[in-house]
Amino acid sequence: MKPYASWKYVVLVLALVFGALYSAPNIYGDDPSVQVTMESGDPLPADFGDIVAKALEARKLVPIASGVEDGHWVVRLPDTDAQLQASEQLKRELGRGYVVALSSASKTPGWLRAIGAKPMNLGLDLRGGVHFLLEVDLDEVNKKAVQRIITDVPAFLRKEDVRYTGRREASGAAVLEFADAATLDEARKLIARNFPEYALTVPANSPTQLQIALSQQEAKRIVDFAVQQNLTTLRSRVNQLGVAEPLVQRQGVNRIVVQLPGVQDTTRVKELLGATATLEYRAVDEADAYSAAASGITPAGTELFYTREDRRPVLLKREIIAGGDNLVDAAATVDEQGGPAVSVVLDGAAAKRMFAFTERNVGKPMAVLFKEREVVTNYNAQGVAIREHRDVEEIISIASIRGVFGKRFQTTGLSSKEAHDLALLLKAGALAAPVEIVEERTVGPSLGADNIRRGIAAAVLGMALVALFMVVYYRVFGLFAVAALLMNTVLVAAILSLLQATLTMPGIAGIVLHLGIAVDANVLIYERIREELRNGMKPHAAIEAGYERAFLTIADANITVLIATMTLFALGAGPIKGFAITLAIGIVCSQFTAIVGSRALAQLFFAKRPLKDVPVW
Amino acid sequence: MKIFAKVPNINFMAQRKTGLWGSGILTVVAILLIAFHGLNFGIDFTGGVLVEVSYPQPVELEEVRSELGEAGYHNAMVQHFGSASALLIRLPPAKEASTAEVSSQVLNALHAKDKGIELRRIEFVGPQVGEELFNDGGLALLVAFIGIAVYIMFRFEWKFSVGAVAAVVHDVIMVLGFLALFDIEFDITTLAAILALMGYSNNETIVIFDRVRENLIGERRSDVLDVVNLSVNQTLLRSIITHVATSLVLIALLTLGGATVHSFSAALLFGVIVATYSSIYISTNLAVALGVSREDLLPPQDKEIDEMP
Repeated sequence: MKPYASWKYVVLVLALVFGALYSAPNIYGDDPSVQVTMESGDPLPADFGDIVAKALEARKLVPIASGVEDGHWVVRLPDTDAQLQASEQLKRELGRGYVVALSSASKTPGWLRAIGAKPMNLGLDLRGGVHFLLEVDLDEVNKKAVQRIITDVPAFLRKEDVRYTGRREASGAAVLEFADAATLDEARKLIARNFPEYALTVPANSPTQLQIALSQQEAKRIVDFAVQQNLTTLRSRVNQLGVAEPLVQRQGVNRIVVQLPGVQDTTRVKELLGATATLEYRAVDEADAYSAAASGITPAGTELFYTREDRRPVLLKREIIAGGDNLVDAAATVDEQGGPAVSVVLDGAAAKRMFAFTERNVGKPMAVLFKEREVVTNYNAQGVAIREHRDVEEIISIASIRGVFGKRFQTTGLSSKEAHDLALLLKAGALAAPVEIVEERTVGPSLGADNIRRGIAAAVLGMALVALFMVVYYRVFGLFAVAALLMNTVLVAAILSLLQATLTMPGIAGIVLHLGIAVDANVLIYERIREELRNGMKPHAAIEAGYERAFLTIADANITVLIATMTLFALGAGPIKGFAITLAIGIVCSQFTAIVGSRALAQLFFAKRPLKDVPVW
Repeated sequence: MKIFAKVPNINFMAQRKTGLWGSGILTVVAILLIAFHGLNFGIDFTGGVLVEVSYPQPVELEEVRSELGEAGYHNAMVQHFGSASALLIRLPPAKEASTAEVSSQVLNALHAKDKGIELRRIEFVGPQVGEELFNDGGLALLVAFIGIAVYIMFRFEWKFSVGAVAAVVHDVIMVLGFLALFDIEFDITTLAAILALMGYSNNETIVIFDRVRENLIGERRSDVLDVVNLSVNQTLLRSIITHVATSLVLIALLTLGGATVHSFSAALLFGVIVATYSSIYISTNLAVALGVSREDLLPPQDKEIDEMP
């Protein structure tokens, strides 16, 4: 028997070491822990360790460890009771501005973490939690636009003294009728100049009709803005929930995925996600707001509000210059002097009101009022849920009007953080399009734990059955196959951990299924060896021939399975991707372990022994 | 351990006509089953609301039905799930109330009567999402068929490609028929099982094809049918052993894996049997029927030599 190239042994040993190291974090388990971050995403204060230590000491809680891990402050506690107490205590002591969340921190030792070894991510179906898919309603975007067109454009034409003979709404567009083609043409030019965001068409069969709808780019922009705006609001609301590893992410054109591991109270989550916010641009009344606040009597035509930052009373005029649904865009930017600013774009109607207002009020202050309606569920003494609405109305910005403006303007004189925050709040208050929940998947913690237990039980039983079968059938070679299979499983676990792929129940099913498919490579080889022996080959030659001749067959067979798995990965939804990825990694690993791994063992065992027969049966 | 003392010599190809006819008839029956009995599509595809709860003690279905009826959900399907104290409640997608609110209201209604209930799982799928999944699933099947066909055409020859794809189509239809016959729920995990089966089925076919090619090139004298028979016999043991090993893990998954992977493992368990059969009687058989010959498989330069008298 030819000696087996020593580099192959080296590769094998390296693969084994790699597999052992990177799959190891999965067996250490977790500490119950509390995770703290700043709501704003800023770094924690320098003396944060002392603050936490003092807070915990007050309740006689002794943490196992307390310090920064992966960018969060993590307090590890001995049991879940202490975890809950610590979380409550920290929430109370730290107050607003901090996100305190229950989490579980892996017990993986530091030297393993230092080389990047982490346990696998568990999917929501294994750890419990909620998954929401939200969708921005495109039809609604169009409908609202058409309604706006049907009021704005005729008003504009009347002002320009262009006469139309009728207006109506038809199949997703506003339709204006004119007496003749010449008037239509005039109107068309005017509209195109003043409302570039609209697409104008004249149907071939009726030359006196003008159809006005949102242009493609404009519709796309509105949806983009709506999705961005919702991402912003959802992120900040999710922070209020205190979830350790929340995921709020755009999916496709008009969808947002929200995943909150460990959260069970879906009613509260839905209320939070559904809370509506809007904003209003209003003029500031310069009468004495403090005396109005003290007496409770406000001058006619004004209302009293407070600023968000320092709770200062301010009187605002009742007239709304622009509302949240007039806001087309808002973004943090820099002004001409290079200072931080927020640029705002209004739609046509509000731009005209803004123009008229600023023309008369240069130098005077204007405020942005932020209104949010939250639904809160409380339980009364009988445990019956009571839903209460809570209105939050706060002034988020006051700025003086520097000049006359309409559609586009900037708010300046802010710090860069203020500019950023204001832009976010403006977006949050812009009701560009309604969002609805189109998918929800909630898994309770007990079901998650059950799923893990069942998955492991099925994997262990499957492995044991296959191992028994292979050893009974192929004897020593069966042992090689089992060794290859074990190595394969360790490698799959290591790669999944390293990729930080998410393990789901279908993923576990994929691993279990692959245990069965992976032995196929060995079966092909061993049957080939038997065959070569029958054909009169010498034992050593038969072993070599078996491994060599089976190679291409195994590769061919595996590639077709890979084609099916890749399709699955490309087109499947969340949990299915998990299945596809585990199966694919398993197949690639099995090609290696069955051919290189089990062959190396065969070589070690038989190369130096004189063989009369191969103990393959 | 030996199953056969030497390579078996079963004349598989003697029944090739019967095999094709039989499979044809069974496939038609399966299609009729799918068409008229229908697949039991899960909420992933149909949309709707599903709530799984567990009670501290066994519960009567009627009680829960009336509780839900009081809350206005008269069309709720309530069944025990796994044990007498666990319930699965399904609501069909409703036009006017097809929102995520429904699941919360169902839970509230149940909570009002019994504080001890524990939420196990909520699934709400909007009709638009279900429809998309349906389309994506169909597309995934189609792309997988094409991918496999092209690969085999590239590695072997078009006659083999036709045979292999026919076998895969046959297996998928048979498994769908099986799922329809036993009313096994077809959810997204089952779709994954079907796609995995396509890979497995092809694996079986390719192992035989590989051997047919090797024997056709190596054993020049024999008749194509003899070569095919020999190849099937040579790979028979391997097929049986791999089949047993795969079935063993699937049985483990079916018995211990729980409800989530139940239809997944059932579909595959039936699928691997069909795949083993179809690799012989459909893919290989069809390739023979289409007239696979030695010349088809020889590399071009060998072909010239071979054709010389």
